[in-house]
Amino acid sequence: MGGAVGNVSNCVVILVDTERAVTARQHPSAPGARAAPASRTWPVRRPPALWARLIRSPAALLGMLVIGLVVALALSAPWVAPYNPAEQFFDGLTLEGRPLPPSGRFWFGTDLLGRDLLSRLIHGARVSLLIGVAANAAALAIGTLVGTAAGYFRGWTAAVFMRFTDMMMAFPALILAIALAAILRPSLWIVALVIGMVNWVWIARVVYSQVLAISGREFIDAARALGVPTPRIFWRHLFPHLLPTLLVWGTLGISTTVMFEAALSFLGVGVRPPTPSWGGTINESQSYFLEAPWLVAFPGAAILLTSLAFNLVGDALRDALDPTLRGRR
Amino acid sequence: MSAYVFRRAAQSVFILLGVTLVTFMLLFALPADPARMIAGRSATAETVDRIRVELGLNQPLLVQYGRYLTRLARGDLGRSYAQKVEVEALLASRLEATFWLMLGGIFFELLIGLPAGALAAVRRRGAFDRSVMLGAFVGTSAPQFVVGLLLLYLLAYKWPLFPLGGYGSIAHLILPAVTLGIAGGGWYARMMRSAMLDVIHQDYVRTARAKGASEVRVVTRHALRNALLPVVSMVGLDFGTFMGGVVVVESVFGWPGIGQLAWQAIQIVDIPVIMGVVLVSATAILLGNLLADLVYPLLDPKIRYG
Repeated sequence: MGGAVGNVSNCVVILVDTERAVTARQHPSAPGARAAPASRTWPVRRPPALWARLIRSPAALLGMLVIGLVVALALSAPWVAPYNPAEQFFDGLTLEGRPLPPSGRFWFGTDLLGRDLLSRLIHGARVSLLIGVAANAAALAIGTLVGTAAGYFRGWTAAVFMRFTDMMMAFPALILAIALAAILRPSLWIVALVIGMVNWVWIARVVYSQVLAISGREFIDAARALGVPTPRIFWRHLFPHLLPTLLVWGTLGISTTVMFEAALSFLGVGVRPPTPSWGGTINESQSYFLEAPWLVAFPGAAILLTSLAFNLVGDALRDALDPTLRGRR
Repeated sequence: MSAYVFRRAAQSVFILLGVTLVTFMLLFALPADPARMIAGRSATAETVDRIRVELGLNQPLLVQYGRYLTRLARGDLGRSYAQKVEVEALLASRLEATFWLMLGGIFFELLIGLPAGALAAVRRRGAFDRSVMLGAFVGTSAPQFVVGLLLLYLLAYKWPLFPLGGYGSIAHLILPAVTLGIAGGGWYARMMRSAMLDVIHQDYVRTARAKGASEVRVVTRHALRNALLPVVSMVGLDFGTFMGGVVVVESVFGWPGIGQLAWQAIQIVDIPVIMGVVLVSATAILLGNLLADLVYPLLDPKIRYG
């Protein structure tokens, strides 16, 4: 019973609130908003801002903390890392030439060449994040372009683009990426581009269905009828509606990309060896990991934590941005 | 219904044609010379040229592609450059291993994901729910090679319960299948939980409760059956991706499946084999999607295809 009353009053409040917001926006300094009879009502309860909703979730908070830490480590790698990641220490291997387990001198132990694992992991964060962001940006850009064009122009444009997307979805993504990466002998940017080229498909699908729904609405018709040029319609009228989706997919995508990059490096077709990368470290030490499990455990934990953090934040973002989910999950 | 199946099958053929075209062009556009790879580093220029002519690699790309398609239409995938064997024979020998891994992977995914997700939904916001959700996130965020190597270290080396990789028996299958199951199980748990939450507030569930059905019966007979719908389409997708070869897991466990074949072929630019694997993978993915879409209306009479 109490709930029902609360709902009714909420409705009224929302009505009043929009009215006041409109007046206030039109006449920022006008006293009219205050004088309006409707304004003397119950206190207004707005839904909390995105940020407030985000940090309310402990999982998202944890995720953001980890992301912050990884970004900080990546940015300050040369100053934070205890040693030069490329330096091969004389005392970095046992007398038999085996890597050292974690100790006071080498916190995470050393790798097969007697290099400090911790320093290599800190520098590896740069590679992972850079590829994660770059590949994802590429995927977002391609996916948004394809999805928007197909959803807005429909007709044969949609047919061509979406059939192409269908085809790319049937492609075994990892095999395609490995083939490209193996034959191109990749630099960091090529790895990013390859991952982006494989991952845009999902974004294109989501954007396509959204644009399809939005571009049928009146305000787009109105803009078109007013003679607003198409690029402006895209940018000013369509794009803002896509932002929440892109934000969510962009964040979740970094998680996928970090894992994808690690998988490529693990298979030996990622960023080339002298550059420290998490997956690459595991690849180099794979044949040795039974004797030196820390060589797999530490980089593995780094990949897991980073990917988990982006996953948690992306998921919390989705919940925070989707009003239909509010209070349900 | 049959018209629908026919239309989908026809679409799939076109998609497959597109896949062959793109793969073909990509492989030949890239700066790798298969003739040189076959001849080896020390071969003379004449040898390389001879091989190139023998394989028809000196022809224009479109002619080569046309030839490939005509042979493909007769069911001939060509011969491996490196192993001088028919590609079909290579694929057939690997498909069996991939098939078992696919079955095992899906089995563990469902075994881990479904009960966890369903129970989490029933005990929503409790400690169990929270730990399942956290576990699901960790499972989906963990790279498969790390999970695989960890399992190998713990369950094959420290406590030697399972063999250290390889192929041949159920014991060999368990660790790679569990590795696939941990990642996939996380997705299934999340999906199952949200599907259950969607269902559990429906009127018919309330009706069932009002009739006095026991909670167990409400959950298993009324809620669960309907919540399983989205799971079916996911199994279809997984069938496709797993049959297409799981390169990373196969590589960790030395599992002689399609993924390993692809990986070996890519390293030596064995184009007919790469083409064959891509074709099989794409077919599996399309088939998985189609199967999922076909099973759907059997479970949910509301769905009909025109």
